[in-house]
Amino acid sequence: MSQDSIVRMVNQIATFFATYPRPQAVEGTYDHIQKFWDPRMRKKLAEKVAAGGEGLSEIALEAARKFPSAKS
Amino acid sequence: MSLATEQDFGTPARISERTVTLEIDGQSVTVPAGTSVMHAAAAMGTSVPKLCATDSMEAFGSCRLCLVEIEGRKGTPASCTTPVEPGMKVKTQTPRIARLRRNVMELYISDHPLDCLTCSANGDCELQDMAGAVGLREVRYGYDGANHFKPAKPKDESNPYFTFEPSKCIVCSRCVRACEEVQGTFALTIEGRGFESAVSAGAHENFLDSECVSCGACVQACPTATLNEKSVIEAGAPEHSVITTCAYCGVGCSFKADMKGGEVVRMVPHKDGKANHGHSCVKGRFAWGYATHKERITKPMIRASIHDPWKEVSWEEAINHAASEFKRIQAKYGRGSVGGITSSRCTNEETYLIQKLIRAAFGNNNVDTCARVCHSPTGYGLKTTLGTSAGTQDFDSVSEADVIMVIGANPTDAHPVFASRMKKRLREGAKLIVLDPRRIDLVRTPHVEAQYHLPLRPGTNVALLNALSHVIVTEGLVDEDYVAERCEKEDFDLWRAFVAEQRNSPEALSATIGVSAEAIRGAARLYAGAKNGAIYYGLGVTEHSQGSTTVMAMANMAMATGNIGREGVGVNPLRGQNNVQGACDMGSFPHEFSGYRHVSEEPVRALFEKEWGVGLDHEPGLRIPNMLDEAVEGSFKGLYIQGEDIAQSDPDTQHVTAGLRAMECVVIQDIFLNETANFAHVFLPGSSFLEKDGTFTNAERRISRVRKAIAPLAGLADWEVTMALSNALGYPMTYKHPSEIMDEIARVTPTFTGVSYDRIDELGSIQWPCNAKAPEGTPTMHVGGFVRGKGKFIVTEYIPTEERASQRFPLLLTTGRILSQYNVGQQTRRTDNNVWHGEDFLDIHPFDAEHRGLREGDLVALASRKGEVTLHARITERMQPGVVYTTFHFADSGVNVVTTEYSDWATNCPEYKVTAVQVRRVNHMSEWQERYRADHDEQERLAGRVPAGAAE
Repeated sequence: MSQDSIVRMVNQIATFFATYPRPQAVEGTYDHIQKFWDPRMRKKLAEKVAAGGEGLSEIALEAARKFPSAKS
Repeated sequence: MSLATEQDFGTPARISERTVTLEIDGQSVTVPAGTSVMHAAAAMGTSVPKLCATDSMEAFGSCRLCLVEIEGRKGTPASCTTPVEPGMKVKTQTPRIARLRRNVMELYISDHPLDCLTCSANGDCELQDMAGAVGLREVRYGYDGANHFKPAKPKDESNPYFTFEPSKCIVCSRCVRACEEVQGTFALTIEGRGFESAVSAGAHENFLDSECVSCGACVQACPTATLNEKSVIEAGAPEHSVITTCAYCGVGCSFKADMKGGEVVRMVPHKDGKANHGHSCVKGRFAWGYATHKERITKPMIRASIHDPWKEVSWEEAINHAASEFKRIQAKYGRGSVGGITSSRCTNEETYLIQKLIRAAFGNNNVDTCARVCHSPTGYGLKTTLGTSAGTQDFDSVSEADVIMVIGANPTDAHPVFASRMKKRLREGAKLIVLDPRRIDLVRTPHVEAQYHLPLRPGTNVALLNALSHVIVTEGLVDEDYVAERCEKEDFDLWRAFVAEQRNSPEALSATIGVSAEAIRGAARLYAGAKNGAIYYGLGVTEHSQGSTTVMAMANMAMATGNIGREGVGVNPLRGQNNVQGACDMGSFPHEFSGYRHVSEEPVRALFEKEWGVGLDHEPGLRIPNMLDEAVEGSFKGLYIQGEDIAQSDPDTQHVTAGLRAMECVVIQDIFLNETANFAHVFLPGSSFLEKDGTFTNAERRISRVRKAIAPLAGLADWEVTMALSNALGYPMTYKHPSEIMDEIARVTPTFTGVSYDRIDELGSIQWPCNAKAPEGTPTMHVGGFVRGKGKFIVTEYIPTEERASQRFPLLLTTGRILSQYNVGQQTRRTDNNVWHGEDFLDIHPFDAEHRGLREGDLVALASRKGEVTLHARITERMQPGVVYTTFHFADSGVNVVTTEYSDWATNCPEYKVTAVQVRRVNHMSEWQERYRADHDEQERLAGRVPAGAAE
């Protein structure tokens, strides 16, 4: 999956949860990705974050950083 | 097995708390108040002779054959129109009645051709039966005077499936009344008076040119050979029946397959079917000829590359080849490099087996189903808010609804049998609100007119639902007691504050939505003020980038107004395919097992690991669009697809086909070489619904039996093929009958624990949940409380899709279905249904057409940023300016070449309903279509067939 579509999908999810208070929004976004995304998609997201996370919204970036592989 | 006959009580059953006891022929009988004498007699086993009466419609009292004597009453009243009264004493047979009936029959027969022996209705003719029943022995009037059959009036054979032979008509009006009362189309009438009275389709047209929708209700109602199936005329009377379930839409009608040996003679809707109560549509009733179409593939085939010719091989060779390819790919690219797609056309048992094969034999969770591209947002949205991924009601519930809100659905085309029920309720006085960019038929149809049609701009569903909710919240229309008792308070307060914001008011959003604030306010008041308000919705809700949000917005609104948890209300998805509910229930999604339980839940996985005897992956797998993305990227290489045609049905065709081309092994199991098979390496011949045993689950969660009527054309039913593949992969499956698969499903699925084939046979059909708490199933969900405990309100911010109309692409395209064709058309295109719809057209408003210099029938290019196709234009005010529409039934239209990669935020359900496009007049086919035709011709040659047009 291309990085562009990963970014669009995460941002879409984050935008939905953005109406909730920040911690809830980040948790909601993280939880959704954890529940519904295949690990290789999550890995790509982590790579995106490692590369600076360009294009990700604030909530999306914060949520994406919670994935363990993002730190590696 | 014998021919299934159903008792005809003559007039409809009545429901009443009060009962009436009367005496018929000296026997005491007790029936609900309002029942007719005829029905009461039938209930005790006495059939009063009749011609114009049948229990699918109200009494008419015209044939004068059902006369009875009632003590203390003058004359001989018609038993069909006489309601029972306490203490009534009725005689259904006396010398006087016998004489009168004989006289009546004598008059009928004096004006009827006596060609019984060669008549197509011989043995299935109520006129013939009644002549026998009343003991008619002579016709004193002769046949010389004025009559209606000599010379014979011409037969109307215009309809591809049935004939109208006016010479045999007895003008009982059953066909006219069936069209009105059962179907609700009002296409037929009696023209002329007295002796000149005759049945006429439309304004003296033939059946095909009239408004007739070919549902078959008139054919079924006709007591003579006047309206008769062509298949019966050709084959003769059937001799046995198999009760089964239709394989078209999510209504899931029950049918009798009337058979002659191993051949289907006709399909007749089954009266005891609880989804359809004896009604049908043109697809289920007539469009089943595809099952024996000459293009059925009945031999397994393989090929090394998609540019090689197909080679017919044995089942063993094909299965072993497929298994060894999957094993090779997994060894080379990893366990997650293969996956599968289950089919909503196939049975629950078959779907369950495929996901089991993928999880247990492939060892990953890369399984998905076509619900991904239709109702996956329903699953997410209803589970989040209410706690379960299914509609809340049964279909019968609509007859208790006072206000019906139809959102993004076109029931008269896509769910016609349910639409007839809905129209009946609307004729009885229920109010209708339609939210749809197009003026669908339901907005104004005979004796039905929507109180509100809100023609919103495509993509603004959430804005409109927020505006409706704003009115409900700010005008004090919330059912406070219901919400306080049944919903999470904190979430409700958040939601209430959110929708109450001024920016969510109809006035603030009117320009965005394209509907006046006044109309939005009126519609909200009507819905919220109803005693019973029911929402029915379709893919116009789900196939958007905010599909899941809209589902939750509807659930919010229904909870706020107290409209969930009893008859007549609810949030009801109209499911697209026959078994899309079942496919979802059976664990076809990559993140959950059967019964909607996440793969990461330890106890659930442990249950399956024990049952299946193998370790299971705890991570969610790839969804269909993700599989295709990963195929293009190179990490996904092999796909097992049962009964699905993603190359035609899924959006952004060129991306789909790029994904398919990138795979090393695509295995297609289907009844035809569909579009996706063009990219396949192994073809495993599938079996149609007539060729196997199993169950389908319809939109009301109703599990109904599919019964084998004919032997599988290719020798194996689909479940047997999946078993063979699993065995070849090294994971043994040993079911002897699909009932054993259902027993396993019941063992591992809490909502199915009470389901078995024996139990379904006993009850006719079962609506899940069916378990110890609900041993007979659950017609209405969330009674007394929500499945999730307390109902959860979700804040539904309107976020416009990124797909916007622009200067380059100024129009918005939305796509959908039509009555006579079904989805990708693999089935219906191989039937005579093409006479109604032989190609996909582009519907455009006169204003937009004029602006572009278009005339009716012009060839036009339909272009988006993704691609371009050509279609013929149809100019219609059904559209609003700025919006165009087409169907996707024909592969060579390539409508999904134009649709985009955008999808629902939660589920990746594609945004089929909003694509920015431009339309212009052209004089040649698009480049894509030229290429498609060349590829198609090549594939035809590779399959050993002569491409159409090659002889020219």
